[in-house]
Amino acid sequence: MQKINLEVNGKKISKEVPDHTILSNFLRDHLNLTGTHVGCDTSQCGACVIHVDGKSIKSCSTLAVDVNNSKITTIEGLAKNGEMHPMQEAFKKMHGLQCGFCTPGMVMSAVDLLKNKKNPTDQEIRKWLEGNICRCTGYQNIVAAVKEAASKL
Amino acid sequence: MASLVGSRVERKEDKRFLTGKGRYTADINIANQTYAVFVRSPHARAKIKKVDVSKALKSSGVVGILTGEEIATDKIGGLIAGWAIRSEDGTEMKVPANPPLAKDVANFVGEPIAIVIADTLDEAKSASDLVKIDYKILKAVTNTAKTMSGETIHDGIDKNLCYDWLLGDREKVKEAFSKADKIIKVDLINNRLVPNAMEPRACVVDYNTASEEITLYTTSQNPHLSRLVMSAFGGVAPENKLRVVAPDVGGGFGSKINVYNEEIVCSWASKKIERPIKWVAERTESFLTDTHGRDHVTHAELAVTNDGKFLGFKNETIANLGAYARVFGTVTPTYLFGPCATGVYEIPAAYSNVKAVYTNTAPVDAYRGAGRPEATYTIERLVEKAAMELGIDRTELRMRNFPKTFPFKQTLVHTVDSGDYVAGLEKAKQMADYNNFESRRKESEAKGKLRGIGVSSYFEACGIAPSAAVMSLGCGVGLWESAEVRFNPTGQISVFTGAHSHGQSHQTTFAQIAADELGVPIENIDVVHGDTDKGTFGMGTYGSRSLTVGGIAIVNACKKIVAKGKRVAAKMLEVSEDEIEFKDGEFVALKSNKKKTIGEIAFACYVPGQRDEMKSPIPEGDEPGLIESSFFDPANFSFPAGSHICEVEIDPETGEVKVEKYTAVDDFGRIVNPMIVEGQVHGGIAQGIGQALHENTEYDETGQLITASYMDYTMPRADNFPEFNLGFTCTHATSNPLGVKGCGEAGAIASPPTVMNAVIDALGGQEISMPATAEKVWKACKNLKKSNSKAA
Repeated sequence: MQKINLEVNGKKISKEVPDHTILSNFLRDHLNLTGTHVGCDTSQCGACVIHVDGKSIKSCSTLAVDVNNSKITTIEGLAKNGEMHPMQEAFKKMHGLQCGFCTPGMVMSAVDLLKNKKNPTDQEIRKWLEGNICRCTGYQNIVAAVKEAASKL
Repeated sequence: MASLVGSRVERKEDKRFLTGKGRYTADINIANQTYAVFVRSPHARAKIKKVDVSKALKSSGVVGILTGEEIATDKIGGLIAGWAIRSEDGTEMKVPANPPLAKDVANFVGEPIAIVIADTLDEAKSASDLVKIDYKILKAVTNTAKTMSGETIHDGIDKNLCYDWLLGDREKVKEAFSKADKIIKVDLINNRLVPNAMEPRACVVDYNTASEEITLYTTSQNPHLSRLVMSAFGGVAPENKLRVVAPDVGGGFGSKINVYNEEIVCSWASKKIERPIKWVAERTESFLTDTHGRDHVTHAELAVTNDGKFLGFKNETIANLGAYARVFGTVTPTYLFGPCATGVYEIPAAYSNVKAVYTNTAPVDAYRGAGRPEATYTIERLVEKAAMELGIDRTELRMRNFPKTFPFKQTLVHTVDSGDYVAGLEKAKQMADYNNFESRRKESEAKGKLRGIGVSSYFEACGIAPSAAVMSLGCGVGLWESAEVRFNPTGQISVFTGAHSHGQSHQTTFAQIAADELGVPIENIDVVHGDTDKGTFGMGTYGSRSLTVGGIAIVNACKKIVAKGKRVAAKMLEVSEDEIEFKDGEFVALKSNKKKTIGEIAFACYVPGQRDEMKSPIPEGDEPGLIESSFFDPANFSFPAGSHICEVEIDPETGEVKVEKYTAVDDFGRIVNPMIVEGQVHGGIAQGIGQALHENTEYDETGQLITASYMDYTMPRADNFPEFNLGFTCTHATSNPLGVKGCGEAGAIASPPTVMNAVIDALGGQEISMPATAEKVWKACKNLKKSNSKAA
């Protein structure tokens, strides 16, 4: 057991966790932040992507104790004062989601892309999202959504 | 009021998904819940000699361990085949028992043998390692083509043959072939796929010891059907004591149609231990135990004349059912495949012969398109090859054989009510700039690349429904759909549907339909689905049936609301009913122009009286309240159709295939929400390209699944695709009042042959099997080089 101190979606949190606790499970089971999904357990699908100190990571293959003292943002922390983030708005406008399961990871990954590159090309978007699998959309409207968000940010 | 049907209305469901508030089964936790882990067979075929749970039972936190012995003692029934198929010789298909927990023999890797239940997931996992099972390992049968000569898997099922089915007339085909100038032949493998919905299967069961009611939260495409099967065949609980809730479900694609072992076992076990149980599949469990798709070995022939007229078609297929026959397992390679194998063409004589076999692999069932992708792949590979061999342009050859008038009596089963195949192909050619392809081929060649173009034209029979039709073909239930429209006293409306959305957007499209019918703002309408305690009943969502069957039930229920509203309005406005017109949410007395809004009528229906006067707005013979329901059973399937064109570029040095252009023109009849339909087509095309170029499910000869994770099974990713270019033509369906046709599966049906035809064109006509991986294509490029240098 270890005690970890985190800031999750702007809230300070201090918890005792077993050493082997996976970060995605910590968020889902200990903090009830079930917006972070687990789709594969092998860090291939990207449904579990969150931000740690502003950078996107796959939380299904990270230990909770390894992110001690960091700032975490999950999909639940992206909207501010009830207003969706421009990336969330863009996904809605461009129909960038269907079943919604891969969506939290996809959105978190896309937000990080635009931090690194303001106006990415289609190919750059597709390359960046290579670690996020979506079975529903064929990715076309996800790419369109990222471009739409880029035009607004 | 502008019509919402036909508009790009943004989705009502999006906000919760985008803000992390979706509620999927794995997100649900119940106080005092336990966690289940299944002990699964590591062998593809083995006798289970002994299951020893004694050591595991002593492990920390264990609440209970249950095996096949206990479930047999409690007489809990097994999994079922939903369709009875008869062989050509008139005998009924042969189906083995499929107990929820294997007791005597395991028939595929991953088949569950015991459930371990503990206070925490970690404890359940640790204990499951201590369950000791003695096996006698038997020789596994895994190869689809060789199965009939392998050892018999199930007692009494000779040659592992479920059925040997024939549709069509062998004699007529023989005669047609004798008149042909040329016989075109193909040998095809339709590669086995894993549907891979991104949400792994899961269930949470809550047994209420007071009411003795089981509530099962589960990842299902059809909760009502699950309840029916679990009650009628599983004997888990009577229907009125079993509530099935499929909340937000993260994709299905056919893999969540079946009731699975885990749902039955957890429901039964929760009642036994009197505590809630949660089970969530890991991805590898999904790979091992979700129903798979496709897996056909086909030999097909097309008899043609030199001027390109199709005379006859035959198709001999071996279809792999996996270890057991499941809900749509037996119908997918027969009635969903055979009739569509003659494609969009007038072919006077045809037959499809399918031998369905059992193997020691995961059960195979419906996967997006179910039978129709296999059919389209068969005929469209033949037609493309015919064009090459006859030296006729591939689009010209297709057009010559398209039916020009509708209804079109297709050779084997269907009467296609409407369509315009010529218009679809013409539009696709124009959008794809088909006529200038050769110049693009030259440009690629100048870069040292090989470029190919491929076309496919398809139709499909979907909107799986007409009960009398499907039951005549062997279906065990009717496939109607129900809806209930509840107009609440204060004006909001709840629309209950028996269809289920796991990505299809029913909350939006069904609300569009109801808003138009009732003339109320879409914001006032909530679409409710996925809970057997809320909606009436329903057959669920698969086979592109939600809109064409379920949507029409909503239309009909709304029409009943309006009809009652007219009677009430007539009484309130003191005119006769035929003087009332309903428009834009208002009932208007034509002569006086007095009116009542539908909201006022609803209120009056619930509050039928007034102070100081004995006067009811409800006409004699009517009852208070404003709730109507409908069970809709259409007269026919719906028949979407279209033509797709693909261009690929191959790097002969690496064998890598790049999809350069993809054009799809589809006819889905009237479109309710173009934005959502386009999304459905994108997704379908992507899955089809996945089948053609990337995905393959591989078992080794001992029956081990060697593609059981995303590190081994190639899921298509964003950078595998170009931007798809979509177009539409429109002929209305005549079998439903909206004129709509199904759109969910079309992309996955049309795209595999389109892509493969392009790859094969680029490779100079060399046959290559799906998936056209870099390795296979690289080898084919080497052959091409050799034959080119010989020719030179």
